[in-house]
Amino acid sequence: MIEVLPPVLVLLTAAILIGLTRGHLRSAIVLISPLITLWAVWQVPDGVSMTVDFIGYQLEPVEGSALRRLFAIIFSLMTFAGGLFAFRHASALELAASYAYAACAIGVAFAGDLITLFIFWEAMAIFSTVVVWCGGTSMAGRAGKRYAIMHVIGGVILMVGIIGVSVQTGSIDVHTMRAVDFSSWMILIGLLINAAAPPVSAWLPDAYPEASATGAVFLSAFTTKTAVLALILMFPGEPVLIGVGIYMIFYGIIYALLENDARRILAYSIVNQVGFMVCAIGIGTQLALNGAAAHAFAHIIYKGLLFMSAGVVFYRTGKRKCTDLGGLFRTMPLTCVCGIVGALSISSFPLTSGFTTKALISEAALSEGLVVIYFLLAAASAGVFLHAGIKFPWFVFFQKDSGLRPKDASWNMAAAMVLFALLCIVLGVYPKPLYALLPYAVDYEAYSPGKVLFYLQLLLFSGLAFFLLLPAMKRTLTVTLDTDWLWRLLFGRLANTWLLISVATKESISSSAVPRLDKMQAWTQRHWGAGGVFARTWPIGATAIWITVLLSAYVLLYYI
Amino acid sequence: MSVEPETDHWLVRPRTIRWLWTCFIVVLALLVALQLVIKVKGYFGIDGWIGFGAVFGFLSCVGMVLVAKGLGRFLKRKENFYDD
Repeated sequence: MIEVLPPVLVLLTAAILIGLTRGHLRSAIVLISPLITLWAVWQVPDGVSMTVDFIGYQLEPVEGSALRRLFAIIFSLMTFAGGLFAFRHASALELAASYAYAACAIGVAFAGDLITLFIFWEAMAIFSTVVVWCGGTSMAGRAGKRYAIMHVIGGVILMVGIIGVSVQTGSIDVHTMRAVDFSSWMILIGLLINAAAPPVSAWLPDAYPEASATGAVFLSAFTTKTAVLALILMFPGEPVLIGVGIYMIFYGIIYALLENDARRILAYSIVNQVGFMVCAIGIGTQLALNGAAAHAFAHIIYKGLLFMSAGVVFYRTGKRKCTDLGGLFRTMPLTCVCGIVGALSISSFPLTSGFTTKALISEAALSEGLVVIYFLLAAASAGVFLHAGIKFPWFVFFQKDSGLRPKDASWNMAAAMVLFALLCIVLGVYPKPLYALLPYAVDYEAYSPGKVLFYLQLLLFSGLAFFLLLPAMKRTLTVTLDTDWLWRLLFGRLANTWLLISVATKESISSSAVPRLDKMQAWTQRHWGAGGVFARTWPIGATAIWITVLLSAYVLLYYI
Repeated sequence: MSVEPETDHWLVRPRTIRWLWTCFIVVLALLVALQLVIKVKGYFGIDGWIGFGAVFGFLSCVGMVLVAKGLGRFLKRKENFYDD
């Protein structure tokens, strides 16, 4: 049964065509296919509109709902802006992989059953690994391998959970559940690994900054946000998510504060922002889920914008470290302004999209009477301004004069940035259209004088703290240990030790035991080998004599 | 590369920076003073106090920077730590 054009097919076809074409035709495909996808997403009605029979299961590759469409819309928009940003600079392989990656994210968004969801989930991991590898450096190669291994492990855990749940319930539908038994925990853990939840958050800041200037823009958008969508669909109101989210929020802030690499600062702040969404999913009320969805929508835009801004700097200078950058506002005014708009949005500054979406989450915590969570979220808002809102633009574009005088963004990079910067502001000033797309009816006024005043105080005094504490935040040429120490260092060393032990064991065996074994073998060879006494051929006569002797002996003994 | 202060971009001249600081402090003071006119709704009592947002924001940031500094002493390693 097929009622609509599955939106995933548009971008998948585009990904293949990008590989086959070149020149203007390829550019046209890159720019037009996301818009066709957007149209196709709009056509998807509520409920299941496509079913496929597969090994005895009825798959539902296209199931629509307001929430699913919301995510598919922002994925399509992101693909358009990312394509616009990248099409004159990225390789065909990177573009094709990015588009296939985006297609699979849209596939997850509309997946009505767990098998379809799993297939697209894994395909996303494969294509995003290719995007990381397109960074082209040896570091990107190794980071991509670690990224792939992490996602394969996550995928296996998710699959174990999916099999368990479908056996227990007899249904493969994507449905809401609680983490109460082994299978549901496995699904939750599988989803959380993709959301960059602890203890494996480190995969994200390890991999994304190693991608190319254009690849990182795509990477910032899809994997973690499909995980957010899947969590909203399957685990709304799961209490453990509140704690996980709060941890992610502060993990992102602290690690970003310690970080010297500008793109890794942004990567840590993805973990931070996804933490807000995960926390909201844990609260689980309609207001909170609206908040999580709206924040994901706004986040994809401003985080994409921030990665574009950092990407232009990386593309023009080849540098990512705060210690190497600074003073770029002189020659890159547009990139600087767009970066600042993104930075203000992520800090939920009034009149930006972050303010109108994150406020929903705080409001949800308030209405549930979660006092501690509410104040932690407020403190975190201050912290976001500190680590991303000021730190990123300050160290990249101001700080000191690094002597670098790079050109500003190319026209298409500039166009993509301006588009997203405008969206940040439009959604901040006039959030009604976004609110109308949310899964539940919104009865919420984003702006009141008191609220604006409270947040302005909170944020601007954070700014004061930043500038007063600047000496304490001097950038150092360091990396910060994280749980990835386990798999980047400890596991490697354990493997090496194991190798040494096995080699040593083998040698000690060969020095002591081998001569004895050799002797045994020679003895065996002598008696049982060819020509040995037990293997020799005997004449029949001799055998007959022996048998006669033995039988006579037997008879004699019998009578005695 | 150092440029003479007065020939460099106007935004980084010491005079501009002094002026920016002055403006910033005036804005900060105004934001707190405005609370006399505009009422900030306190949901839990304390968050309606005058200047609560300011103090809370400032102290949160100081706290987070100090925690980061403290953790950094244990967790920071040379850039080539992983040797890749």
